[in-house]
Amino acid sequence: MKKAYKIDIDCANCASKVEAAVNKLEGVKKCTVSFMTGKLTLETDADDQTEIMKEVIRTAKKIEPDCEITAK
Amino acid sequence: MTKREKKDLARIIASAALLIAVNLIPIDGWVKFALYLVPYLIVGFEVLKKSAVNIAHGQIFDENFLMAVATIGAFAIGEYNEACFVMIFYEVGELFEHVAVGRSRKSIAALMDIRPDTANLERGGEIEEVDPDEVEVGSVIVVRPGERVPIDGEIIEGETSLDTVALTGEAVPRSAKAGDAIISGCVNLTATVRVRTTKEAGESTVAKILELVENSADNKAKSEDFITRFAKFYTPVVVIGAVLLAIVPSLFDGQWTKWIHQALTFLVISCPCALVLSVPLSFFGGIGGASKNGILIKGSNYLEALAKTSAAVFDKTGTLTKGEFAVQSVKPVGISERELLELAAYAELDSSHPIAESIRDAFGGKIDRERVTEWKNEAGRGVTAVIDGARVLCGNEKLLRESGIDVQKTGGTGVHIAKDGEYLGSIVISDSLKPGARDALEALGRGGVKTIMLTGDHKSAAEEIAAKVGIDEYHAELLPQDKVSKIEEIIGKYGSVGKVLFCGDGINDAPVLARADIGVAMGAMGSDAAIEASDVVLIDDKLEKLAKALEISRKTNRIVTENIVFALAVKAVVLALGLFGAATMWEAVFADVGVLVLCILNAMRCLRFK
Repeated sequence: MKKAYKIDIDCANCASKVEAAVNKLEGVKKCTVSFMTGKLTLETDADDQTEIMKEVIRTAKKIEPDCEITAK
Repeated sequence: MTKREKKDLARIIASAALLIAVNLIPIDGWVKFALYLVPYLIVGFEVLKKSAVNIAHGQIFDENFLMAVATIGAFAIGEYNEACFVMIFYEVGELFEHVAVGRSRKSIAALMDIRPDTANLERGGEIEEVDPDEVEVGSVIVVRPGERVPIDGEIIEGETSLDTVALTGEAVPRSAKAGDAIISGCVNLTATVRVRTTKEAGESTVAKILELVENSADNKAKSEDFITRFAKFYTPVVVIGAVLLAIVPSLFDGQWTKWIHQALTFLVISCPCALVLSVPLSFFGGIGGASKNGILIKGSNYLEALAKTSAAVFDKTGTLTKGEFAVQSVKPVGISERELLELAAYAELDSSHPIAESIRDAFGGKIDRERVTEWKNEAGRGVTAVIDGARVLCGNEKLLRESGIDVQKTGGTGVHIAKDGEYLGSIVISDSLKPGARDALEALGRGGVKTIMLTGDHKSAAEEIAAKVGIDEYHAELLPQDKVSKIEEIIGKYGSVGKVLFCGDGINDAPVLARADIGVAMGAMGSDAAIEASDVVLIDDKLEKLAKALEISRKTNRIVTENIVFALAVKAVVLALGLFGAATMWEAVFADVGVLVLCILNAMRCLRFK
């Protein structure tokens, strides 16, 4: 399952750090964060991403407390 | 500027003004320290707060932390002005970054603002304004002059001209009348038309295009990955360097203040932001600039790869040629050209083959059905008919040879005609070249790209087109599966030098499009198969756009390289100067923010492709 979320993040370097960290999470197949389009794309094995999104948001907040991730 | 940016700007100005004011007050000691703290905190409080939070989260090497340490360090050694100035300048850089990114996002968004929010649906004689998503396939919608077409369809009433500039970059309006396909995203210019929809809104061209451009940022280029990985090592290495610079020499000469001061210079330029931002910003701009020209690129990786094209492989029919057949020459034997053409047109009167159509078009006269008494289609060979009581054969060499009739060789695709066993001559049919095809191939050749044509057509027809279009190499009589093995062969030959690009119409060459390093589909107006299968989509049929795409790719790559080299060089120079005490924090922050601003300005040039 592949889904796109909106991510409000401040700098390009932070975006790539979030991307790297989320990719290390269990259950994440592939994650891309585009600073330019303000978009986080998450591909997971599971069809329901509600649970894993909580983990993704927690990880992202750890790296960049200011960032906001919302459903598109 | 957004509200937040305005606030940031206000803080920067306030802090700068206060800093000047504080400098004018002649005081010393703790009061001085406290006074300088005011402008420092006004501009730097956010940075300090963020770095504290991030340390709590175990994120040490981020730019907030570096700026915090550098400026607190400067305060500690009594360089109050320096500390404030560095913080102010750092914030100026950040603000500039935000404004620039916002700008380029906005210009891309404007570019992509081609999906109308409503459709005028005809329902029971009334016209109703509805959400395009609610319109079912086969419904009738009305598009008035000045409106954008919301859904793909076919005109059933009215005649107008369409502005396709948002889709193709082509400024000349296209005329369309009843029976013609109409593509969503075009602007209706002159008259109201009624359209029967052929697709749902979500499946229409405009939706597909938007989806494609939006997703393109997910496919990152190699240089983007490189710079991200680089940033990961760069910052810690510079910070360690700074620590060493502060401690090691001091142990020998005891001049702690001097060496710490120099080490702080390192911290100021250890932030990799300019680099990390400027690369994706350039690609983003390049993709945006390309879409303005009707070239859709599915990712930064393809935009990067296009510039490295070593061989461009083309399908013949529909790509290099128009895919429309026309009579090229008539070679009668013993009768007049007109008589031969007439005979052929009569023989082909009921055939739907494009070749038959081209013969009827060339004849142009009225066909009297009464004269044809018998008619039979000989699959793959031609037709036989009885015209005015005489038996006429009209078809390829094989058809005539089977009846024991000798034929003369022709170039291209030949249709031979015989009447009552007597050979009357041939008509040569050929596909005409697309206008601009020759120029486009020439432009590719100038860029050092080898051009190759693949076709299922006869060798003679292929040879003729190859000569006309000026292609370097061609392979004829290929079955669809042969094309895949041919492209593999070509990749084997040219793949070591660069990328192999395949350009086709996307309808029956999907496997080849997929196999090539870069698959380019042409004339995607209305064909989603092409959009799916390819990496680059040329929305209209023009081959010039391929040359343009390569040009945009080269320019974008050049800008990316410029940015990387420039930023790294400046940082290296400042690091070296800092090591010998020749550069202070003032110069360092100037260099750092200066690099950021210049790289961003340079990257934004990518947006401006004409």
